[in-house]
Amino acid sequence: MSKTITDVICPFCGTLCDDLSVVTDDEGKKILSVENACAIGAEKFLHASDHSHRVTRPRRLQEDGSFVDITYEEAIEYTAQMLANAKKPSMYGWSSTNCESQSVGHEIAELCGALVDNTAAVCHGTTLVAVQNVGIPSCTLGEVKNRADRIIFWGSNPAHGHPRHMSRYSIFPRGYFTGKGQKQRKIIVVDPRCTDTSSLADVHLQVEQGQDYELLQALRAAVRGQELTGDIIAGVPKEKVYEAAEMLKSGRFGVIFFGMGVTQSLGKDHNIDAAIMLTNDLNNYTKFSIIAMRGHYNVTGSGQVLGWQFGFPYSVDLSRGFARYNPGETGTIELLKRKEIDAMFVLGSDPGAHFPMQCVKEISKLPSVAIDPHITPTSAICKVHVPVAFVGVEVGGNCYRMDNVPIESRKVVEPPEGMMTDQQFLEGVLKRVKELKAN
Amino acid sequence: MDIVKLTLNKIPDLYIEAENITPDHFAGKTAQQIGELHLHLGNTTAKISDYFSVEGKGGQTAADTKIIVAGDTTKVKYIGMKMTAGEIEVQGNTDMYTAAWMSGGKIHVKGNVDSFCAIGMTGGEFIVDGNAKNYLAASYRGDWRGMQGGKVTVKGNAGSDTATFMNGGTIDIGGNVDVHLGTHAEGGKIIVRGNAKGRVGGQMVKGDIFVLGQVERMMPSYIYKADEEVELDGKKQIFQVWIGDMGERHAKRKGEIIYGKIYIPTEIATEKAYADVVEKKKKLSDKQLDQVKEAFRDQEPTVQQVRTYIYDTFDVDMKPMQVSRVISGLKR
Repeated sequence: MSKTITDVICPFCGTLCDDLSVVTDDEGKKILSVENACAIGAEKFLHASDHSHRVTRPRRLQEDGSFVDITYEEAIEYTAQMLANAKKPSMYGWSSTNCESQSVGHEIAELCGALVDNTAAVCHGTTLVAVQNVGIPSCTLGEVKNRADRIIFWGSNPAHGHPRHMSRYSIFPRGYFTGKGQKQRKIIVVDPRCTDTSSLADVHLQVEQGQDYELLQALRAAVRGQELTGDIIAGVPKEKVYEAAEMLKSGRFGVIFFGMGVTQSLGKDHNIDAAIMLTNDLNNYTKFSIIAMRGHYNVTGSGQVLGWQFGFPYSVDLSRGFARYNPGETGTIELLKRKEIDAMFVLGSDPGAHFPMQCVKEISKLPSVAIDPHITPTSAICKVHVPVAFVGVEVGGNCYRMDNVPIESRKVVEPPEGMMTDQQFLEGVLKRVKELKAN
Repeated sequence: MDIVKLTLNKIPDLYIEAENITPDHFAGKTAQQIGELHLHLGNTTAKISDYFSVEGKGGQTAADTKIIVAGDTTKVKYIGMKMTAGEIEVQGNTDMYTAAWMSGGKIHVKGNVDSFCAIGMTGGEFIVDGNAKNYLAASYRGDWRGMQGGKVTVKGNAGSDTATFMNGGTIDIGGNVDVHLGTHAEGGKIIVRGNAKGRVGGQMVKGDIFVLGQVERMMPSYIYKADEEVELDGKKQIFQVWIGDMGERHAKRKGEIIYGKIYIPTEIATEKAYADVVEKKKKLSDKQLDQVKEAFRDQEPTVQQVRTYIYDTFDVDMKPMQVSRVISGLKR
């Protein structure tokens, strides 16, 4: 006999699909199949349930490069000592775990005078900087499904990055005021490359790589009916810019989805600043919103928790006992490059794969701990690797969707015997840090 | 004027946060009292005397106090932060936030400065003999008030995001600037004597930007207005005047719309100069390549470091891929 668990949350991307059905064996230990998920989401569940390849106990890196198993207690002791004794430790990651664990981690950071940073540092951090400058007119994905008839994907390829986004919310679904689905919507894709998403577009603006800011400001001027200089604007013919501006103004409800193609290209936060202001301008003619295509399933949650605990969404420096925030100075990448931190704690992320090589080399030289269910490039270079249960598969918890809607994830199977969750491990570290600081 | 001389005699492991190194904090104090003032390194606190030797004493007021900072202060942040009067002379380089939120007095750095220097400055004078990195005279994160008064002079080059949200004062840059000059500016005057790398005056609603070299690519939302005779450095010159940013909302004064203005000397601003990317040299000569090898001998530089060095030294704008090949050559 098997049993089916419905309404399961997918812990893969920021779309946080909440309609999955997972079939498990009778004992609830093995996942047999996953329904409604995209290929990546389904694989995440099936991969987690196969314990044969999992590391189930913490490991310490030895001088010859091999790992030796240690107990969870030893791993907690090492982590607590490392954080309590460091002058400027960095606690990075937090995007592939639940909000409850993030909250415990931040308490440790506050006690240790650490720096807390999440994966926004390498994706939508620039968005958060721009939002602080100019605010954000946004909405939920439900509103997009039910109302939006003008959709822009700017520097984003959901066909690959967020596979069910288009079918659940943005292009294909039939909503309350969008009964004809795709036929009722106009799609604009802004991307230097032809992608699977651009193949669905009514207008594909093939912007010159790194010229998004120019095109955004030109669109803003075109929306106002202003004159533009030059016949080709950032690789796009001027007439096409005016045509796109008219198409946006003529809709009833529009939304801009933007991804890392625009947040991490030349200009960074200025690009998003201009995109938000374009949305703002369009609200003089119709209703428009803008939503960031967040990557990790709970990177939005990390920003939310940091926001309500310290007032800033990422790159928070607590070394002086109060929160300071200045990406460019307090970001983990900059600090590693400048050799400004002396201990590295990573949870729910893989900087070994995402950071510049110079930073990865620096991590390998520092006292470091990686908390991750998988063996990753980060766990391979950190001094201690602590495997934990998969959040959203083996343990539940609160997560935030890309439009800042909190959704409770569900536990569907048991973790391998004796394995700790993120939260249990962090609570152990917190208890030990309190003892060390009291002494 | 009384002089206090600080000499850094111990290079710190981490960076020093030294917001107490200002004439305001030193005024009325003896050398011993100055040595007792706090410095911060990560989550620990130290004294000035732990890292610096202190000679002399502070004047009666901040205005009567001059501080000379000697030694390798590349890893010292916040020198002269929020200073209101007096003078600071730094004989080497400084790190971030030098002269940040400064409202009076004078700071002279004889070497280079890092990012976020002179942010939110409201008065006084800040002179850098070398180069400045990013966010010079800009605003702090989330603040819409960048430099509001005073004068900043950088004899070398400046990085990106210079003068973001500037709304007063003057910035004079002797060399080149990177992208995003004067973004969101709402006033003030910027003079760039070298080239500007593009996105000049993006989202600017008011203020004047003079680029005496070339603008690599003018924003499409700027419109050519007319040639005008304008006085600069005491002599009159004819400039092409561009107004914008047309993507922004602009205020009106006496019925007339106020725009940000970009001035380019007419002899440089030929018809094509604004539209086309300036064709910079993309290759290094063998002699220049040898110089690069010499500069980075026995080092593991990043692509950005080498690219910046080549741009600053030879004015050659190489693509990252080309720079990677140069770095591979260094290893061989």
